[in-house]
Amino acid sequence: MGDFLQLVISGTAVGAIYALAALGFTLLWQASGTINFAQGEFVMLPAFITLLGLSFGAPLWLAFAIACIASMLVLGVGFKKAVVDPLIRHGVIPLVIATLGLSIGVKNLVRASYSAEAHPFPNVFPDTLVSVLGVRISFYDIGTLVLAGAIVFGLQAFLNRTITGRAMQAVAQNTESATVLGIDVKRMILYVFLINALLAAVAALLVTPTYLAKFDMGDTIGLKAFYAAIIGGFNQTRGALLGGVLVGILENLTGAYLSPAYKEGVALMLFLVVILFKPEGLLGKAEERKV
Amino acid sequence: MKRSQRIALAVLMVLLAAAPLGLKNYGIYLLTLWCVYVMAGMGLNLTVGYAGQMSIGHAAFLGIGAYTAAILMKLGLSFWLVLPMAAVLCFLVGLVIGFPALRVQHHYLAFATLGFNVLTYLFFRNEEWLTGGTFGISGIQRPAFFGLSLERSAAFFWFAYGSTILLALLLWWVIRSPWGRAFAALRDNPIRAESLGVNITAYTLLAFAIGAAFAGIAGAYFAVLVQFIEPAPFHLTASLMMLLMVIVGGSGKFFGPMLGAAIVILLPEWLRFLKDWYLVIFGLAVVALMIWLPGGLLSIPDRWKKA
Repeated sequence: MGDFLQLVISGTAVGAIYALAALGFTLLWQASGTINFAQGEFVMLPAFITLLGLSFGAPLWLAFAIACIASMLVLGVGFKKAVVDPLIRHGVIPLVIATLGLSIGVKNLVRASYSAEAHPFPNVFPDTLVSVLGVRISFYDIGTLVLAGAIVFGLQAFLNRTITGRAMQAVAQNTESATVLGIDVKRMILYVFLINALLAAVAALLVTPTYLAKFDMGDTIGLKAFYAAIIGGFNQTRGALLGGVLVGILENLTGAYLSPAYKEGVALMLFLVVILFKPEGLLGKAEERKV
Repeated sequence: MKRSQRIALAVLMVLLAAAPLGLKNYGIYLLTLWCVYVMAGMGLNLTVGYAGQMSIGHAAFLGIGAYTAAILMKLGLSFWLVLPMAAVLCFLVGLVIGFPALRVQHHYLAFATLGFNVLTYLFFRNEEWLTGGTFGISGIQRPAFFGLSLERSAAFFWFAYGSTILLALLLWWVIRSPWGRAFAALRDNPIRAESLGVNITAYTLLAFAIGAAFAGIAGAYFAVLVQFIEPAPFHLTASLMMLLMVIVGGSGKFFGPMLGAAIVILLPEWLRFLKDWYLVIFGLAVVALMIWLPGGLLSIPDRWKKA
């Protein structure tokens, strides 16, 4: 029983990180119809920028702050202006292909210019274990859970309670009506890209100590983020959290009790079941088809 | 097709057929590999380009075809018997994979097919009793063609080249048949197609199944070309590359996969001197191509006409 609880707790912590990446992915889709196949690389890049900062002797907080700013500039504004804006009017598929190309390019850029090896990454939270009622929990898992949870709920409060947040939701629901209501649609969409870049940077900070910084670390994370987003419900912010945590826990349990070889397949099975029986996701609302 | 285009095509085909005479073994191998990917790419083009469905799992069908051929040929069955079996098996699996497409579109479908690819890859890697796991299956014999040996690389190229042309003719026929029209209707506006009496359930499934069968055939050729198979060539990356072949060439254009496959297979060879930087340039070139030419390279002539 103790083992089981431990697996559930560490699974929840990992799942919360998936949820951060999934959340950015969902927001991008809602606000601008962008499916970002390079989402995993959006997590990988800030990790390497942080490492670069650390190698120049900067403390972790400073290196991370630089990574956040760089991420927002390059992966937020730059990505929107250079890739999404010119492509969005051609429909979904060219954008999918372009972000796939971007993913290949960015991954190999890091590999060719930095290193192909896996690099250790400092822990933000101490790795010590505490015993609660016979269950051993690491501070790291608790810290991850608290931080990721705070960000998800904070973001939700921002979207629901503030005027800017509500304007962003209006843009996501109906761009034309939002324009008529005097909302600066372009600015709201830009905010979404910035938030996505920031979420990815935080996910990088939390996930890299366990995944290690490697040029292809984004492959797994990106994939899990997509699945988490769809399992929870693509048009629901809370859905990403539910999906992420569900995937994290089930993966841990499968790895421990069934077969480590098929651990990677868990998110996928869950995803297939969800799209066959409830394609709008567990918390999502069904969308009408239009001619 | 115009007369001048027909002549150009005929000249190109003759030149390709003569190419092995002036190439070393490795060059001939690359050309044969091109044939294999053209076969698979034509299938993917039918699914993606003509029927408008998203698929990022085509390498899985290539893999199923290749493993079917390898396993059964190791048991002593003839290539000629195994080839239709690989096609039929992929056709059936393609039908099943088409089912999610009935419920979901675009990005969902992208991930559903992508997921299918991840699962088959895990299966190839983990089920050692059947697939040999990471050690793969080696020593696959090349077939003979009416008593002619295909062991030599040039002979095998001509065999694969001829088969590719036959498949291309088959695809040409499918596209021009009422089925082909129905696929296009499905792509352009599924709801209108349905209201005009097109059975969109059947055609969506068929689009996947026929595309998969092409990949299955390509897989069988792949197995006898390389004579050794392991899970790596059927990884998700391969599916992405195949999708790139179709889109870079021009999806929904008959010759799109031919051009795309040539680029994706030959470009790495020419850009070898760039070493690690090759994929950086390749990836960013794809982004640039999509920005300037979202319809692929074969849309350049249309552009010219408009301008």
